[in-house]
Amino acid sequence: MRSWIAFWNILLKDMRTYYLKPPNISWGLVFPLAWTGMFFIKSGSGMGSIPTLLPGVVAVSILFGTTSMLSVTVTFEKKQRSFERLLLAPVPLELLMLAKTSGAILFGSANAFVPVAMAAFLIDLSGVAWETFVPAVFLIAVASTFLGLFIAVAVKEVFEAQTFSNFFRFPMIFLCGLFFPIENLPVFLKPFSYVLPLTYGADILHGAVHGHYAMPFTLSFSLLGIFCIGLFMLSLHNIKKRWII
Amino acid sequence: MLKDKSAIAVSSLVKRFDDIVAVDDVTFRVRSGELFGFLGPNGAGKTTTINMLTGLACPDSGMIQICDIDCTNRPRAAQHLIGVVPDESNLYPELTGFENLCFCAALYGIGKPQRRDRAGKLLDTFDLSKAANRRFGGYSRGMKRKLTIAAGIIHKPEILFLDEPTTGIDVASARQLRQIIADLNHAGTTIFLTTHYIEEAERLCDRIAFIVSGRIVRIDTVANLIQPIQAKHVALFSFANAVNDIKDRLIDTFPGLDFSLPGPCMIRAEADESIRVGLLVRYLEDQGAEVKEARRIQPSLEDIFVQITGIEADAMRREKEKPGGGR
Repeated sequence: MRSWIAFWNILLKDMRTYYLKPPNISWGLVFPLAWTGMFFIKSGSGMGSIPTLLPGVVAVSILFGTTSMLSVTVTFEKKQRSFERLLLAPVPLELLMLAKTSGAILFGSANAFVPVAMAAFLIDLSGVAWETFVPAVFLIAVASTFLGLFIAVAVKEVFEAQTFSNFFRFPMIFLCGLFFPIENLPVFLKPFSYVLPLTYGADILHGAVHGHYAMPFTLSFSLLGIFCIGLFMLSLHNIKKRWII
Repeated sequence: MLKDKSAIAVSSLVKRFDDIVAVDDVTFRVRSGELFGFLGPNGAGKTTTINMLTGLACPDSGMIQICDIDCTNRPRAAQHLIGVVPDESNLYPELTGFENLCFCAALYGIGKPQRRDRAGKLLDTFDLSKAANRRFGGYSRGMKRKLTIAAGIIHKPEILFLDEPTTGIDVASARQLRQIIADLNHAGTTIFLTTHYIEEAERLCDRIAFIVSGRIVRIDTVANLIQPIQAKHVALFSFANAVNDIKDRLIDTFPGLDFSLPGPCMIRAEADESIRVGLLVRYLEDQGAEVKEARRIQPSLEDIFVQITGIEADAMRREKEKPGGGR
């Protein structure tokens, strides 16, 4: 069986029917733009604040783009029962779910470059370590997408997917060192930061943009990778348990 | 033509949902090339059985073999050999009919030229060519069912599972679908059909299993199932008023006849010898019943179903056609 044909067509279909639809494109642009504008204006410290804010805005754009899209589309297809059609295909479940999540990973990665493009108009980004920044963007997109998958498997209704997503997303904005260092958090909150994947992704982005890593970036990459694998395996386990009952 | 090779072999299959036993010790075999019917009321375990056979559910115990592949612990092992048409059309509303078929073919690893070719031919076969480039979401119910069946066979499966294929569609579409099902079977596809239309099962199926409360109560060929009642004589009487209280008097007056009440305004008489309908009508009218219709009927599979399961076929059909029925 040529599974790659199935993989490619699932990805193409999702891109066409969900991610490249005009409302989603505009949402994918407007959302990061709003975040960017909000933080740049709020900081009030002019262009100099952009390198400090950019990693956080990039991470938030990926997180919201991927989790929203994936959890909603998968829940929608599950509700409509068209997801059954995928489960009936003779494609390994792992590959099937990778195909289903690839569109959201690409969408999240593309979202990340909206604030980057804006910043590039305003400041010189030649100092950014792109060889670290780009893989970090990709890994954050993968981890966030798999978080979206985990959420999609846990809920039944589309509105539940959004509510449950927010349960993870909003704390992550504050706990993952996106806009202020984790060191500034109260001691009792710090342990929570270190069990959230975005903490490691944000640290790599901060390091790539303005050179200050709180943790060795190889460790952050490794931990982010472990989170990706862990979330994917957990989601697969839950799919087998809940959907192939 | 029935072959002796097994397409589906199921043994002691059990599936529980908490305290409810949905499928209880079910054993049967479907021969290769056979059109096998699975008949039962709502909640009998038909869809749960199909889900286990197609890899959408895992049995709690028992054994499943599809074309000699053991699927008991690997529920998805035989998915390349099967096609599934669920009880509700589950294609993608935002894709056109042609795109839906091409996408379904791609899920089975079929290359682009071949899937476009097959999609075109199936749209022709199912009389949907004119709607090929319309979105599936805008199709009528009958068109949706037809395209869902086309999607189920685009990869030319050896076994096709059809879950209530003609429920809720117009008469002409249902007739066309039955013909397509029969043609597919004649072309060699093994078909596992669940339906609540007993006459549909009688017309199409080689063998039928009756399932009630998760248990198979009878499996046989249509001819063997009907054989015991074929020599029986049956008459059906319809009334303008309820006649529940007349039954006892009828039994006393006509001891050679068996009477039953299929509905509050209906009486069914059964005998080993010819029934004198006129005599019965006169008696019933003397008893105050307003006879609307009296006719001799040919005993059918429906009678056997009622006899074996104790469930009235009409009640089953009404229940199924209610919104949400049969899920």
